[in-house]
Amino acid sequence: MTERLFEGADWDFHTLQRITDACEEVATKDLGLDVYPNQIEVITAEQMLDAYSSVGMPLFYKHWSFGKHFAFHEASYRKGLMGLAYEIVINSSPCISYLMEENTATMQTLVIAHAAFGHNHFFKNNYLFKQWTDADGILDYLDFAKNYVMTCEERYGRVEVERTLDAAHALMSHGIDRYPGKKKLDLRAEEKRAGRRRQHEEEVFNDLWRTVPKGASKTRSALSIERRRKLLGLPQENLLYFLEKSAPRLAPWQRELLRIVRHIAQYFYPQSQTKVMNEGTATYVHYRIMTKLHQQGRITDGNFLEFLGSHTNVVFQPEFDDQRFSGFNPYALGFAMMQDIERIVTNPADEDREWFPDIAGKNDVMGVLRDVWANYRDESFIAQFLSPKLMRQLRMFHLHDDPEERAGIRVDAIHDERGFRRVRRELARQHDVGYIDANIEVVDVDLSGDRRLILHHHVIKGSQLNETDAKRVLQHLADLWTYDVSLIEVDANDKVLREYVVSPRPIPAAA
Amino acid sequence: MPIHIIDRRLNPGGKSLENRQRFLRRAKSLVQGAVKKTSQERDIRDVLEGGEVTIPLDGMHEPRFRREGGTRDMVLPGNKKFIEGDYLQRSGQGSAKDSGPGEGDSEDAFRFVLSRDEFVDLFLDDLELPDLAKRKIAQTESEGIQRAGYTTSGSPANISVSRTVKLALARRIALKRPRKEEIEELEAAIAACTDEDERVVLLAELEKLKAKTKRIPFVDPLDIRYRRYEKVPRPVAQAVMFCLMDVSGSMSEHMKDLAKRFYMLLYVFLKRRYKHVEIVFIRHTDRAEEVDEQTFFYGPASGGTLVSSALNAMHEIVRERFNPADWNIYAAQASDGDNSYSDGELTGMLLTDKILPVCQFFAYLEVGESGGSAFDLSDSSLWTLYDRLRNSGASLSMRKVSERSEIFPVFHDLFQRRETSQEKAAP
Repeated sequence: MTERLFEGADWDFHTLQRITDACEEVATKDLGLDVYPNQIEVITAEQMLDAYSSVGMPLFYKHWSFGKHFAFHEASYRKGLMGLAYEIVINSSPCISYLMEENTATMQTLVIAHAAFGHNHFFKNNYLFKQWTDADGILDYLDFAKNYVMTCEERYGRVEVERTLDAAHALMSHGIDRYPGKKKLDLRAEEKRAGRRRQHEEEVFNDLWRTVPKGASKTRSALSIERRRKLLGLPQENLLYFLEKSAPRLAPWQRELLRIVRHIAQYFYPQSQTKVMNEGTATYVHYRIMTKLHQQGRITDGNFLEFLGSHTNVVFQPEFDDQRFSGFNPYALGFAMMQDIERIVTNPADEDREWFPDIAGKNDVMGVLRDVWANYRDESFIAQFLSPKLMRQLRMFHLHDDPEERAGIRVDAIHDERGFRRVRRELARQHDVGYIDANIEVVDVDLSGDRRLILHHHVIKGSQLNETDAKRVLQHLADLWTYDVSLIEVDANDKVLREYVVSPRPIPAAA
Repeated sequence: MPIHIIDRRLNPGGKSLENRQRFLRRAKSLVQGAVKKTSQERDIRDVLEGGEVTIPLDGMHEPRFRREGGTRDMVLPGNKKFIEGDYLQRSGQGSAKDSGPGEGDSEDAFRFVLSRDEFVDLFLDDLELPDLAKRKIAQTESEGIQRAGYTTSGSPANISVSRTVKLALARRIALKRPRKEEIEELEAAIAACTDEDERVVLLAELEKLKAKTKRIPFVDPLDIRYRRYEKVPRPVAQAVMFCLMDVSGSMSEHMKDLAKRFYMLLYVFLKRRYKHVEIVFIRHTDRAEEVDEQTFFYGPASGGTLVSSALNAMHEIVRERFNPADWNIYAAQASDGDNSYSDGELTGMLLTDKILPVCQFFAYLEVGESGGSAFDLSDSSLWTLYDRLRNSGASLSMRKVSERSEIFPVFHDLFQRRETSQEKAAP
C-alpha cells in the first residue's frame, strides 16, 4: 500500500510537491502525456481577481478597460454573485498554473492534475497552439509590450496612447490571421526587431531629407486597379494588420501598438477555437489521474468523494428548458466526448464500428486520444467524433429559427437515424470561429483618389451587424485610417443590404 | 523534471490599482454625476461611507463588431418530446438567447463598488478651501523634526548600528587588522610544527598579530555614528470646527436637519484636508453653552434668541483652548435668522473684531421651512445684519437653504474652486 499524499483538507508546500510528483507519475507513465515544465504558484483571491482583469496573464500593459473589468468582477465577487475559478493556467513555457490558496488538498490535487498536466499537454501538443502561439516567448513579449506602452505614454501622452489602444481593442476580433503564414511567430525576435528598428531610425535620422524636393509622383493610370489591390494585399481580413501596414498617417509608435494588440489577439486565437477540446482534455486527464491515485490508495475514500462532488458540478449540463441553461458547457461536452472515445476504442458497439471504423476496437485509448488532442480543433473534433450514442444520451436536437416563418421555430433534426449527421454538422458549425465572427474584409482603397477605405461584410443567413456597435467600431477604424471608411453589407448574391460611411474625427491638438 | 512551486500570496497586492484609477479617471464625470445624485437623496453619513454606484454603461462601452438577427440554427440538449418537423411557438422557451460578447456588456448599467476614499475624493473633487484660508495656512506654521543624515555626536539612543559597523569594517580592512581565521590558522600551524626554529619564528609572528589585534580595536569610538534629526517648519495640520446653532423654539426639526447635513459635509471636507479635526458644538437661545453632539441636535431647549451669546462663547473657547497660531479655525453658524433687535449691534461688533480675524472661514447658513415660501418675504434680521457687514468688507459667506437637496449645491457653491481670489458670494 502506497503512502497517502495527504490527510484531511490541509496542505502545505511539501504536500503540493508530493501531489505534483504523484500526478506527474500517472500523467507520464500511464497516460503518456508530454508537458512543458511546470511552475505552480499559490495566489490569494485578490490576486485571482487581478489576474481575471488582465485576461489571466501575469503581466499586461495598463489600460482602463482592464480596470473596468476589475471593478466589475470585484463587485460581483463581493456580492457573492460570482465564485472564483479554482485555477488559471497560462500557455507558456514553463507552464504557469495559479492555484487559489483557499482550495482544500483534494481540490489542489484536482487542479494540478487538470491544469498542470491536462491543459499543459494540450498547449504543448495541439497543432493550433503549435502553429499560432509561441509559449517560450509570450511572457517576455508581454513584458516588452508593457514597457513599450509605458514609454509611449511618457513620450506621446497618455491620452494619445489610450486613443490608439481603444481603437485597436475595438478591432481586436478582426486582427487575426486565420491562415498560417510563411513562418512561425517568434515573439522574442519580434521584441528585438522593434528595438532594432527604433535604433536604426535614430541612427540614420537626418533632417536634411526633409528639404529634398520630392520627385513627380507616378501617373495615376499607371497603376491598374488589379495591381493596386495586389500591392496592398487585398482583400485583407486582418484589419489591424492592414492598418499597421497601409494606414497613411499613423506614427511609427502607433503602428507598433497595433502590432502588439494584433499579436496578443493572435495568441488567444487558438484558445477560442478549442474550448471544448481543451477543457475536455483537462477534465478527462484529471479524472483519470484522480481515479488512479485513489486506486493506488494515495487519496482516501472521503477525499475521492469530495473530488467526485466538484467533478460532477464541473461537468453538469443543464437541459435546454432548465433555468440554468446557457448553451453547451464545454467541460461537459468535452469530457463526455473523451469518455465516449474511450468507450469506442475499448468496447465498441456495432453502430460505432460502422461510424468510426478507424478507431473502434483499437484498444489503445491513450494513443487515439493523444492523436485527437494533437490534430483537431472544436469544429473538426465534433464533426468527426460526436457519436450517435452520445447524441442520444444528451438528447440533442436542432432548431431552425427563420424570422420569416410564421408557424414558429422548426425542429429540423433530432437524435434519430435521420438526424444524427445533420445534428452533428450543425453543432460542429456552432463551434467554428470562422462562422461565429462576422466575416469582414478590406476590399479596396482608392489611394490616388479620396483614399476612402472600403470594407465588405459578407452576411451569412441574414445576420447583420448591430448598428450602434458597428458605427462605433467604424469610428475607431476611421480615426486610425484618417480618411472616410465605408462598410458595405452584402449577402451571398452580392446584393447590398446596407452601407455605413464614417468620417474620421478631427484630431484634437496635442495637449 | 524540476517543478517549481512558488508562493505568490505575499506579493504586493493592488496590481490592478493603476488600471482601476485609469478607469475611474475616464469615467470620472459619469461617476461624479452618480455620486452627487445619490448624495442628494440619501443620508450623508451613509453616502460618504462609499459603496456601490451605478453608471450608465454607454460612456464606458467597448464596441465590437457583433452580429444579430437573421435566421438562426442551434443545437440544444435535453429533447423530451419533439420530433422532426415540429413547430415551436416563438414566445415560449426553446429559443436560447444569444448572450452578449462579454460580461456586463449586455447590461444597461454598470455597477461597481467605490472605496470610501475614492468616494469622498470624487464627492469633493472640485472643491477647495477659499483662497483666504490658504494664505493663512501658509503663514501659520509649527515645527516638526525629520531625519537629516548622520552625526558624530549624539544620544546613545540614536546610534545607527548599521552605519557604525560599516565604518568599523572599512577601518579594520584599511588598517589590516588580522582576522580571527588568520590567527587560528597560525595557531594550528604552530601546533603541527615539528621544527623548533620555525616554531620560534611562527610564535613571534603570532605574538605580532595578537598585538596588532589589540592595537586596532574592533569598533573604535571614531566609527560611531548617530542619526541626526533637524527641525523643519511644518504647516499646521489641525483644525477646529465650530458649529453654532440657534436652538430656540422657532427652529423646527427640519431646519436642524438641514444644519446637521451642512455640518457633516463641512466635517468630511475638513477631515480630508487636515490630519486632526476637532468639533465644538455651541448651541444658543438667549444664552449659549457648549454641548455634545447628541444634545446639540436633539436636546430640548427654549427661550429667546441672542446670537451674540454664541459668538461670545466661541470667542472664550478659542482664547482658552485653540490658539489661532496652532489651529485652523472654521465656523459655521446655522439659524432661522431671528435675532433680538437690540442684539444686532453687539453681534456685529463681536463678529468683526473678535471672531473673523481668527477664523479661516466663517459661513452663515440660514435655514428655512420646506417649501421655502419664507424667502419670498423680506430678509431676516440676522441676514440683513450680516449682509451689511459683508458689504463693508467682512469676509464671511452666507447662503439660504430650505430643502435637503439644496444642501450639497450650496456647500459646493461655497467651496468651489475659483479663478479669482475674491470670493463673490451671492445668495
